[in-house]
Amino acid sequence: MADHDHDHHHSHEHGDHGHGSELSETQLRVRALETVLTEKGYIDPAALDAIIEAYETKIGPRNGAVVVARAWTDPAFKKALLEDASKAVASMGHLSRVGDHLVAVENTPTRHNMIVCTLCSCYPWEVLGLPPVWYKSAPYRSRAVKDPRGVLDDFGVTLPKGTEVRVWDSTAETRFIVLPMRPAGTDGWSADKLADLVTRDSMIGTGLPLSPGQK
Amino acid sequence: MDGVHDMGGMDGFGKVEVEKNEPVFHAPWEGRVLAMQRSMGYAGAWHIDHSRFAQEKLPPAAYLTASYYERWALGLEKNVTELGYVTPEEIAAGHALTPGVSFKRKLTADIVDQGLCRSSFYRQQQGPARFKPGDRVRTKNIHPASHTRLPRYARDKVGVVELCHGCHMFPDAVAANRGDDPQWLYTVVFTGEELWGPDADPTSTISIDAFEPYLEPA
Repeated sequence: MADHDHDHHHSHEHGDHGHGSELSETQLRVRALETVLTEKGYIDPAALDAIIEAYETKIGPRNGAVVVARAWTDPAFKKALLEDASKAVASMGHLSRVGDHLVAVENTPTRHNMIVCTLCSCYPWEVLGLPPVWYKSAPYRSRAVKDPRGVLDDFGVTLPKGTEVRVWDSTAETRFIVLPMRPAGTDGWSADKLADLVTRDSMIGTGLPLSPGQK
Repeated sequence: MDGVHDMGGMDGFGKVEVEKNEPVFHAPWEGRVLAMQRSMGYAGAWHIDHSRFAQEKLPPAAYLTASYYERWALGLEKNVTELGYVTPEEIAAGHALTPGVSFKRKLTADIVDQGLCRSSFYRQQQGPARFKPGDRVRTKNIHPASHTRLPRYARDKVGVVELCHGCHMFPDAVAANRGDDPQWLYTVVFTGEELWGPDADPTSTISIDAFEPYLEPA
């Protein structure tokens, strides 16, 4: 990763104080910790490589998008998903690592759902991958439960006035994924093609799926 | 504990800033930290609520100024030293000075796929569920100095049970090393007005997942 990207990431969490040395200190501390834990026999550095690779290449929001697109095209699957998302997603085979506690919540013309974790950073990793920095940040965690429409405004999302905005604070091991509404103008589309319209943010509830023209 | 980690409803943090084309990790060490945490969790070194509590106990200024994975790294160091798996001297030396303890298992490269499966938090129920969907409940006004998952903004509030998620291990007990202490878990939904008063967005509803000991009938 180029240094300027790294700096960018930290700029809004760290303020403007010089953190070049601070970062190298963190790097050194992390390296020392890995050496100690490896020498103690607790961890396997090759497993660390494999875990990192899995999150960088395999476990991401495409997994959730495939689930959503199937729900849009297969009414029986949608019913099963809303009844027991863990079971429904596990039935898709390649996503079996979803665990026991996934709940899918459906957006409708009268209700919009939004997911947050005010206490830490709980997020449905198995279907969405690792959470983005903003999801774990103080602005999102503090405001989502108090001013959800204000937060949606930060994302450029405006909902009709009367729509209920339901915020799900993930305070236990239950994990939530939003089932967004299928975009208009997609009649006859295959699940595969529809999955391209399902953004990560639309499954968190801070965004809407792309429309056919935006793809 | 009433710490800065409990952020729901706080003001002053500003707008949500979205990074375009954000990479999964912003530096290689972030991935190492995440993978070490997963590996130690797989080994059974501690439970996820020990990790959360370790971060909550960081000095407030450190919690707020550290980046996400810096916080994880600090929590990881705290956990391995406080639980006696590593000595502070070893951390300082950057090398093991004595043999490690033995854990029930070790996450190796060949089993990473199964190692990344999320474990189940279901536990055998200790009695019948006290509440059912549709019941009105009041959250308790509790302020334990230890780990809890009942956020401050949702204490002493009246809501409605919407879902029952079965019986789960109880984070408050787990983090205090009092075992799994299984408890029923519910989604409880509140109106915006109940949580934030008459100025709240009248179209907003907010739910938490609440363990039965957090609740009483309303």
